[in-house]
Amino acid sequence: MKKSWWKILCIVLLLYSLVGGLLLDVPHKKILNETIRNIYFHVPLWFGMMVLLTCSVIYSIKYLRKPDLLFDIYATAYARTGMLFGILGIITGAVWANYTWGKPWSNDIKQLGAAMALLIYAAYFVLRNSMTDIDKRARVGAVYNIFAFAMLFPALWIVPRLVESLHPGGAGNPGADPRDMDGRMRLIFWLGAVPGFILLGIWISTIIVRFRKIEDKNLLHV
Amino acid sequence: MYKHVIALVKKDLLLELRQQYTFYGVLLYVASSIFVLYLALQQPESDVWNGLFWIIQLFICVNAVAKSFLQETKGRMLYFYAIVGAQHFIIAKLLYNTFIMLLMSLISLVLFRALLGNPLINFWQFTGIVCMGSVSLSLVFTMLAAIAAKAQQQASLMAIMGFPIIIPQLLLLMRISKAGLGEAFQTGALADMVWLLCGLDVLVMVMAIILFPFLWKD
Repeated sequence: MKKSWWKILCIVLLLYSLVGGLLLDVPHKKILNETIRNIYFHVPLWFGMMVLLTCSVIYSIKYLRKPDLLFDIYATAYARTGMLFGILGIITGAVWANYTWGKPWSNDIKQLGAAMALLIYAAYFVLRNSMTDIDKRARVGAVYNIFAFAMLFPALWIVPRLVESLHPGGAGNPGADPRDMDGRMRLIFWLGAVPGFILLGIWISTIIVRFRKIEDKNLLHV
Repeated sequence: MYKHVIALVKKDLLLELRQQYTFYGVLLYVASSIFVLYLALQQPESDVWNGLFWIIQLFICVNAVAKSFLQETKGRMLYFYAIVGAQHFIIAKLLYNTFIMLLMSLISLVLFRALLGNPLINFWQFTGIVCMGSVSLSLVFTMLAAIAAKAQQQASLMAIMGFPIIIPQLLLLMRISKAGLGEAFQTGALADMVWLLCGLDVLVMVMAIILFPFLWKD
């Protein structure tokens, strides 16, 4: 019980954002209207992806500092969940864009960035599978993970600021801005949805790690 | 330190001069791919020209850089391991590949101009952008070639790993190179993008120098 407080917290937060997000009143903006509720699901998934991929890289760095296969298992588990969140983020974004921008995909720079992130991590798994030696796979995988992360994050954070985007915060955008959220929405978003989804991601990753630990029991020295 | 790096670059250059088939192989790749483009499109519009130019650069880079780690046999790697540090080795490879890629890019620019028409308003500005672009491409792909050399099926892996990673740089380059095609930019926007590209180059170099020692030992 003591150890699982954060899992309970995760469920409570997600229930809060689910019920609150779907039932409570939202400001009615032009074009967006009720679709603004998607902000509770679409945006936290991206936050979750960033956090999970960052965790993955931290474990990759740990592996290079001290080659313990356990770190490698952590790194791949977080990368896997991060990718899952990324795919869900793209889908929720496409649904949202279908109603507000008129079509699910419009080559917006942030959509491209998201697709790029998914391709990079897909390549990470292909690269790992191309090697059979476990230690070599872990080491080369860790190097690629760190390199890809270092290339990806400037691209996700800086490049969108230099070109036009349909997303809020860019120029010439008819939709809403995160600053348009009113107080109640902000409460659900920052207190409920964002930490809730991040905790959910970590929870899924720890389950994958536990599963892998049992699977590779004879490889790990624990 | 400089001595080691220079010696390694010199060795790569000498090898290239003695076994010229690889160099001419890449050169032929450049010429024939541009010739095929010419047969398919003759004189495309400037936007198409620009897009095709950078895509061809990408493929040339994969081909020119991929061999840099493949040509080193296991025994020779062991020899290098014994006499030089990992940092010297990767710096030498980065320098050498940048040089080769610059050469190939300039040749392909001349061929593009000769065969596919000349939409360039500002030729020298565009040449400068091409040099910047070929440096960025070769740095990223050198690091990826080092990673791919550790796995089997190197060439295809390089494309799988490299194309997503290079997208931001390629988008930036295509955007910047519109300056050479006569597009006017907001004041400062062009400089911002050029600085960002240089920053990314520095980042790649630092990452390569930090990470390569881990790939190196087997």
